[in-house]
Amino acid sequence: MDLAFMWETFLTLLPGLPLTLELAATSILAGGILAVIICFIAVVGGPVGRGFAQGYVFVFRGSPLLVQMFLIYYGLGQFRPFLQEVGVWAFFREPYWCAVIALTLNTAAYTSEIFRGGLQAVSVQQVEAARACGMSGPLLLQRIVLPIAIRQALPAYGNEIILMLKATALASVITIMEVTGLAGKLIADSFRAFEVFIVAGAIYLAITFLVTRLLMIVEFWLSPHLRMKPPALT
Amino acid sequence: MELINGYLTLVGFGETGWGALLLAAAAMTLGVSVCGFLTGTILGSVITFMQLSRYMLLRWLADGYTTVLRGVPDLLVIYLFYFGGSAFLGYLGGLFGYHGFIGMPAFLTGTLALGVVSAAYQSEVFRGAFKSVASGELEAASAVGMRPWPKFRRIIAPLVLRYAIPGLGNTWQLVLKESALISVTGLVELLRQSQIAAGSTRRPFEFYLTAVVLYLIITWASSMTFHRLETRTLRGTRRAL
Repeated sequence: MDLAFMWETFLTLLPGLPLTLELAATSILAGGILAVIICFIAVVGGPVGRGFAQGYVFVFRGSPLLVQMFLIYYGLGQFRPFLQEVGVWAFFREPYWCAVIALTLNTAAYTSEIFRGGLQAVSVQQVEAARACGMSGPLLLQRIVLPIAIRQALPAYGNEIILMLKATALASVITIMEVTGLAGKLIADSFRAFEVFIVAGAIYLAITFLVTRLLMIVEFWLSPHLRMKPPALT
Repeated sequence: MELINGYLTLVGFGETGWGALLLAAAAMTLGVSVCGFLTGTILGSVITFMQLSRYMLLRWLADGYTTVLRGVPDLLVIYLFYFGGSAFLGYLGGLFGYHGFIGMPAFLTGTLALGVVSAAYQSEVFRGAFKSVASGELEAASAVGMRPWPKFRRIIAPLVLRYAIPGLGNTWQLVLKESALISVTGLVELLRQSQIAAGSTRRPFEFYLTAVVLYLIITWASSMTFHRLETRTLRGTRRAL
């Protein structure tokens, strides 16, 4: 094990880290918004809306992310005149935006299922109790449904965030030089796969570790009702 | 209509169609996924044994394995096996006096990478399943005098498999989708074949769309299979829900 080489590797890979984080953050945020929209369509859209949501989830969860990325990056290039006319060609020309779009569409499918599960975990009795107290509409959503649903969905959502962090590595296949892209190039140049793997893996593990810690703090903060009660005064 | 006809000649089985090649590539996707999944099952059960062992070192090693392999992008693991394997083969070749480049076979790379990654997921599935085997069943097996191996073969393995089927189904879907990444090593599976076809016909949209549809068919069929397997293994048990 060559420590000097590993330090050099670390310095080579580090410039890719902001791009990895940016890809992950952008697509997680946009995917979250899209997931809320899909959930909304499924709930209020009747049978058609539900069918649409189910179809969306089936397509994006059932096929590999890499194929979806290729379909958007290479496939849509075929419709260049049309895209130019609509004025969105600037997006589809850039590998960065294609990666973001693919990651967003993909994570929206998984996230909408997580949100649906969270909403379904709110029991009928709790909603009934709230209605009996005179709450309805937005107030019911804000005070009862959302807090319970968010608390319920948090662990699964945390998993999805970590999966997305790992999924950003696929962007390197469409020429984006984030951490994995730089690592792949370095391996091909130096042929020292093991050392580079250890350094790149350590970078990813460090981010994952930080994210899980943050999620634990959020979880603690969202579940005051589950914490141990102070001993009663006697 | 012309559009549809053009598409059908493109992916059809005619003189200029890519249909047969795409189907063969889909078979390759299935092949490498099955090999990787089975490798993962074997390695995963070894890791489960380590996780449940009474020695702290083994437990610690197994936890480290699952943490690392589940926290690192799969693409990196594939690079490790592809380039690392080639370097290792080159070293072996050097021992026998051959000083050229020896490429790691792509199918072997795929099987190993998929196996090593899915082992991390499968070991968690097995561990969860083992936890839900009632301790009374294990005690009963010991009480009738079963030695460890018969106890594993007759009691533990069937029960763990029964509880593990839903989780194994999820892992299988993961492996299937991950197999698309093996295309970077040059193995001609579904994605790579679509790339080749897209490159030589300049019709990427049609071919990647076809690839998506073929992947969807495979994942749909396998989720049906796992569902049937689940109901079959659960006959004879009572469930509250």
